[in-house]
Order: sequence, then C-alpha cells, then structure tokens
Amino acid sequence: MTSNTELAPEENALPPEPSDGNPPPVHQLLGMTDDEYATVCEILGREPRSAELAMYSVMWSEHCSYKSSRIHLGRFPTEAPWVVVGPGENAGVVDLGDGWLAALRIESHNHPSFVEPYQGAATGVGGILRDVFTMGARPIALWDQIRFGPLDQSKNRYLLNGVVAGIAGYGNAVGVPTVGGEIAFEECYTGNPLVNVMCLGILRDDELVLGTAGEPGSIAVLLGAATGRDGIGGASVLASAGFDEESGAKRPSVQVGDPFEEKKLIEACLELYRNKLVVGVQDLGAAGLSCAFSEPAARADAGMIVDLNRVHVREDGMSAPELLMSESQERMMAFVHPDNVDAVLAVAEKWEIDASVVGEVKAGGSLDVYHNGELVAQLPAASLSEDAPKYDRPLGEPGWMEDLWSNTVTFVARPGIADSLLKMLDDPSIASAAWAYEQYDHMLFLNTVVGPGNDGSLLRIKGTNKGLAVSTDGNGRLCYLDPWRGSARLVYEAALNVAMTGAKPMAVVDNLNFGNPEKPDVMWQFRETVDGISEACERLGIPVVGGNVSFYNETDGLDIYPTPVIGLLGLADPMPAIPPSHDRVTDGMELWVFGPERAINLAGSAFEQITFGHVGGRPSPPDPTMAKAAIEVATRLACDGLSPALHDISDGGLIMAVSELCIASQVGVTASYKDWRSLFCEDPHRFVAAVPTEHTEAVAAIADEAGLPSSRIGIFGGGEISFERKGVRGAVDLAIATETFYNAIPRRLAH
Amino acid sequence: MTAAVVVFPGTNCEHDVVYALGLVGIESELVWHRETDLGRFDAVVLPGGFAHGDYLRVGAVARFSPVMAEVRRMAEEGQPVIGICNGFQIMCEAGLLPGALIANRDLAFICREVEVEVTDTDTVLTRGAEVGQRLRIPLNSFDGNYVDPSGTGRVVMQYVDDPNGSQGRAAAVANEAGNVVGIMPHPERAMEELLGSADGRVLMSAIAG
Repeated sequence: MTSNTELAPEENALPPEPSDGNPPPVHQLLGMTDDEYATVCEILGREPRSAELAMYSVMWSEHCSYKSSRIHLGRFPTEAPWVVVGPGENAGVVDLGDGWLAALRIESHNHPSFVEPYQGAATGVGGILRDVFTMGARPIALWDQIRFGPLDQSKNRYLLNGVVAGIAGYGNAVGVPTVGGEIAFEECYTGNPLVNVMCLGILRDDELVLGTAGEPGSIAVLLGAATGRDGIGGASVLASAGFDEESGAKRPSVQVGDPFEEKKLIEACLELYRNKLVVGVQDLGAAGLSCAFSEPAARADAGMIVDLNRVHVREDGMSAPELLMSESQERMMAFVHPDNVDAVLAVAEKWEIDASVVGEVKAGGSLDVYHNGELVAQLPAASLSEDAPKYDRPLGEPGWMEDLWSNTVTFVARPGIADSLLKMLDDPSIASAAWAYEQYDHMLFLNTVVGPGNDGSLLRIKGTNKGLAVSTDGNGRLCYLDPWRGSARLVYEAALNVAMTGAKPMAVVDNLNFGNPEKPDVMWQFRETVDGISEACERLGIPVVGGNVSFYNETDGLDIYPTPVIGLLGLADPMPAIPPSHDRVTDGMELWVFGPERAINLAGSAFEQITFGHVGGRPSPPDPTMAKAAIEVATRLACDGLSPALHDISDGGLIMAVSELCIASQVGVTASYKDWRSLFCEDPHRFVAAVPTEHTEAVAAIADEAGLPSSRIGIFGGGEISFERKGVRGAVDLAIATETFYNAIPRRLAH
Repeated sequence: MTAAVVVFPGTNCEHDVVYALGLVGIESELVWHRETDLGRFDAVVLPGGFAHGDYLRVGAVARFSPVMAEVRRMAEEGQPVIGICNGFQIMCEAGLLPGALIANRDLAFICREVEVEVTDTDTVLTRGAEVGQRLRIPLNSFDGNYVDPSGTGRVVMQYVDDPNGSQGRAAAVANEAGNVVGIMPHPERAMEELLGSADGRVLMSAIAG
C-alpha cells in the first residue's frame, strides 16, 4: 500500500458549483440533493473529491440507504427466540433446531427489468443468491413474484417473456431451483413491472458468517468477476428515480449477469466457510466497492486502507469513481486473517475464479482509498451508512380514499356462475403459471416435496424430519383499496398457506414496492402497509427478519398500486409423511369449507375486476382470532393426514379454489351454495379441503374445538365442476376448465 | 462398486446423483474435472448442469477437460459410462456417442415430468427394466433435442409424447456395446414417491450390474 497520506490534488477536480444551476451541479446529476451535498461537506469539513462524491451518492441513494423508509421500518416486530440474525445484515437467519439454520431474503429488481428485462431479472436472481450465501448458507430455493401490465400490449408481452427467460437463464444455470412465486397483471404495472425474488438457504449453526471486516490487520480479498463499467450508478440513477420517455437512455446502467461465474463463486465461498478461512464476507451488489469497503468496516468499528489498482478489472483506464460505483455482478469481498490469505487464494484458484488482495482493515474509522499512488478519498467509513439522511416525509390519507370506498357495485342481476368461472379461469393473474414455472428448474437438489402450482412450497431437509414451507403473496389491488387491511391480510394468507403444508409460521421477509415517496399519498400508503404487516405479525407471534423497499415505481407521474409482497417461512417438524398437495383429490372425497361466515364483501375481489372491470369499495378487515383458528385447523388436517388437498380462498374465491383442486387432480365436483356471492368472496381466514369420508367426524371435531365454523358443501367426482342452488346449476366441463386454465397465458403470448 | 461422479465448473446435479446412487446402494465420489486418474473407479457418471457455463455449444468446452481422457478409457474398456442431460451433451461432443443435442423445438427450457418407454434393455442403464416398460422421469433442459444425421445412434428409451423434437423421440442413446449411455431426462430425480416418482430406481440400480 502506498504511504502517501495527503489527499492528492485532483487533475479532474469537480467543476465549481455553478451559481445559476446551469449546467446542473455534479451532485444533482448523481441523484443527490443540495441539502445532502451540504451534509457531506459538513462531515468532511470540506468539499468532497470526485471519488468521495461518487461513494456518497450511491450509498445515500434511496435504494441503498432506505432514507425515506427507515423511520417506519423500525416499527416491525423483529424479535423471537428463534431469530439468530434480524434485519440489517445481508439476510435474516432463524434457528430450525438440531443445529440447522435458515437464511432468507427478498429483493426487487423492478427498474432494471423494465429497461432490460432479461438482464434485469437475471441479475436480480444473482443478487439475492449472494445475499444468502454471504451468510454462510447454501441457497436451496428461489421464488419469483412478477407483475406486469395486461398482455394485450406488446410491450408487456416482451417484458414478461424477457423476465421469465432471465430468471430461467440465470437460475437454472447457477443451479438453484425456482420452486414457486406469483405472476399477476394490472394496468398500473404497464410502465413499471415488478420483479421480486426471494431466496432461502440452509446452513449448520457453526457455519454462520457475518458481514464484518474483523480485527485491524484483516486483509480484504476481492473474489469473483472482474470490475467493469457496467452498472455504474444503477442504485442512484436507475433504482431511485421514476421513469419517463427517456428511460431507454438508462440502459447502460443495467448490469449483465454471468451465472457460471456465480456458480463458481458460490462453491468457492462455501469451501472457504467450511474451512474456516474467513472472518467476514460482504457481497457486492448495489453501490459495489463503496459498500463492500465501508459497511463491513463500520460494523467492525474499524476503518480500511484500500488500493484501487489492485482490483482486477475488465477494461483499462477506469477512474476511481467508476471503480467505486461499478455494479459489476458476481463479486464478493472476503475479510481474512493474514495467515490465511494464501489458503484463500488457493481455493479461488481451484474454483477458477479471480481473487485480489485489495485492502487492509485499520483501527480508527477512516476509509482511505488510493488510486495510481494517490490518496483519492479519505472519509469516515461509517458515515456512508450510518450518517445517511433519514427523511420523515410528509404523509396524509389521500382525499380520494373515501370516494374509492363508497364506489361499490350494485348487482342488478345475478351473473352466470359458469360464465364467471370461465372468465376467471382465463384470467392470466389467476390461471396456471405453468407456462413460466416449467421453464424454471424447480426440482434440483431433490428437496421439492410440494412444488409450483400449489399455495405454498414445501422443501425437505435431507437427513432430518424437517420440512421448510414458504408462501409468497402480494395483492396490489387489495392494498390499493386499503393498504392496512390489504397488507395485514397478506400476512394471514401466507401464514395459512404454509399451515396447509403442515408447517408452523416462523418468519417474514417483505418486499415493499411503492410509488414516489415524495408524494404524501404514497407515504401514507407506505405507513399503513408497515403498520398492517406489523400488526398481523405481532398477532401471529412471527418476526420480520428482513426486507427490501422499492420506491419510485412510477411512470410519467403515475404510481403503481402499493404492492407489498410477503414471503413467509414456516417449519414443519416433523414434516407430514405425505404432505397435502392440490393433485391428491380422488373420486368420492368430500368437499369441506372452513372459516368464519362473515358478511360477504366483494371489494377488491378478482371477480369484481374480471367480471365488471370494477376496482372499488373497502375490503373486509382481517380477524386475528379467526386467523389463528384457521391456521391451527389447517395444520392439524395436514399433519394428521386427514386431508390430502387443501386450498386457501384467495384470488377468485371459493369457486376458483375448488376448481384448482379439480384441475390439478383431474376430478370433478358437485357442490351447493346458499348465496352466489359467497362463491367469489375472498377471505384470508377461509380454506377448502378434500376430506375422505372416513375422516369427516375427526375433521369436524377439530374445527369445533378450535372454534372455526366448518361445513360440508359437496362431493368430488364426475367430469364437471358443478355448483347448484335450488335446482339451478352452473357447471363447466372439467376438460374445458383445464384447457382454459393452462392456456390463458400461452394463448395471449402467441400473438 | 464405486462410481466416479465428475464435477465440471458449472455442473449442478452432482450431489443429487451421489444421493440417488446411495439410495440404491452404489458408493460414489465426486471427482474434479482436472482429475487424470480414475483407475480406482468401476463406473463413471457425467451429471447434469452447465459445464463451463455452456456459453459455446453445449459440451464443446467440457470435452477438453483433463478428466475426459479417463472417461474415454473407461468407455473403451467396457465399464459403465453414463451421461445425464448435460453429461449426455458432453458425451456427444466428445464423440463417445453419435449425434448431438440442439435447442428444444419450442426454444424454451422444459422442466417437467415426462413419460418414457424403454425400447432396448441391453445396456448398463436399462438392463433392469423390461422392453415396453414406461417410466415417469423429470426432463430439465433447453438443449434436449436429439439429432443424429448418421442414423447410427442406438435409441434405448423413447419419449411417449415428443416434448422437444428429438429424432426418433430419443430420450436415451447407447453405444454398440451398451456400456456408454446418454439419457436426457434425470433418473436421479425420480427415486422417491415423496418427490413424485420412484421410476428412476430401475435405471440407477442397473449401473451396479
């Protein structure tokens, strides 16, 4: 390392701040406000150098600093006896018992995916994997939640095709199965698709690694891909601003993924952990080296001295700001005891990845960055993360909420049951997502006991009796109509979904996709959402162990629906011998419905939107007591082998839940109903189950004991999905239902 | 018997193959692609994945890995040499089997269970099955479409419904001696009813003889 300790005079110093704002000052071009710039000057006691400004601009971006959301996120319940690592690290970690831990995280790649769908989605997968294997875990599964505008627009078809191909291209090649997720379509996502991805990893408790730089003297070793000019400013320029007609010009800010490099990096890192060769690890995602130098040092109350010329690069002549801001993918920073550096380099060589010793941890908190022998940046390492601005942005209930709530549908005539069912089966948000998930390897590692196409996924941990259940749920329409109720309902829905696999809800990660936080309407939606999720998690006794916030999901000033996505992990221990699955219904089983019988409310339902094109009214609030009862009963039915197939009553209501069981199992049903609206009503505390006749008494007793209403409403069998009341029958042929359900997405893409 | 399971950079089914072989009582060891001596092994499996990233034609780089000389020796000496998915692609590139695997007819990755029919039981992979026996085994590939302009490939398993355009609906192909077999679906993924099918056992257990 060079010993020059004076900041060098800059050849290409920042131009003086113009007095008339024309051209705009550099900090504004980097997405930084004048006030934020003033704070930087205050911290440094002088104007920043270009390299320093680069680091602050990316680290203080909305994407990296959570500056608009942090004051709200503190309200999430984050503690439970089984939480090993809560929010703030690269991933949350929970204790599964018997020495096993699980690491989980969810992230968004919305903006890059709009600009370049294949690479945007692919690098989203790569990024979430690094968050998880940074913790010492082997990533075992991915879930993708993707949302687009309607498929009658060619741009949306292009985005869907590109995103799914990117997820498949990266996930399959990197060798981590994609076992579930969601696909939904709404007009509001036309200019701003949502691409969220969740990852789960497992590890032994002595393998946990944190993002710390360790003691002074530790050596920083940069592993993986060479650094290039790709992705410069991705966090600040792309992810922290809305879109307009010139967004195409942002394409160079999207990174390019290399799953092969990532695969080698995973194996190399896991070998480093097994051999206890690192004291800490930090992945390089948004903010690249700026983050990897500063955050681990800050966590260790230390500083660093680094030499940018040691960084292995893929192109010549990169400046210090470019090196510090680059978001080149597939890179990790390992912090290593000096005695172990050679061993670390040997592991890197075995796995055929590049490695460079780039810095050393120092006592004191200063981050000193050298380039071409000159000191180009000298700043308090912790200031990049801890001193980032926190905004208490103005918020207020939008004036239009009351209008929205009073805007309800009046039904002049009862719609045809069969017609309505067929319309819903043909709706791409409700129909089968097989077109997408059959392009994803969802079986690798031989753990996928319940896979895509079900409500929740169930993965076994080989060599144990444990099963890990995951459900990911979002519903922008419901949260638009009432963000508090909508988001709380999502937590209950996800918890019920994992319960239906026999698992106990354990931890939540959330991905909060919102519009422009500088608008009080959006910040109100955000606050309501945080509070709704918090309330539901507290009632269920499950902590939030991590998450992600994506703001500025707007195009030409129009914000998306507030769209929180809940990822909920449950543990089944022991796992049911034969866990329930939608395809296990057979002729003669009874159809039962469980859950509270509340006033029917169709506000926010898929039925109203699909049949009447209507989005309005106020959705029902959740009922925590009924939620707990439903979860308890579903868990017992699954664990005691009393029902081979259960389905929650969400998108499309009861009739859709029953139809999906029929289609998956290729068996018909004959059922009765009292009020036609009950067939389409969505309720997070209700579910249907197929019950073999020999178990009906046991099932009814369990529901009674839990205080959960239950009733038998039909019997499976025959070749039709048939619902009748007082001799009036609405029926759809099973073969037609099946064809419609599986073809809804492919036929729209065939244009 | 002890089988070698070869790991190229980018291979990803190696642990699944070791696990599946273990379920039918076959010991196996992971072997890095730079290994130059497989003398201690009685059989070798090239598992699925994306060897060397498959950025060129699939298998085109892997055929030059140092371990391939030993794989060739074992093939010539009559020991069981099995390639699954990417392993099958590599074996075609290496000339151990005729033909090649190109992109699926519909140009999309396919991951789902398919039904295959055993058409020839005179191989180290199919010798435990019966001609005409149908097996449900997951397919998981983008380049799974078998073409064989020479017409010399010996098709030993066929898809019941052609999923990917393969010539002669070929799902598995063997050499003349029957000791070298490439299979596109993944028998190691069909070992337990809990995961959907145990039909792959009859194939995996056959490797032991």
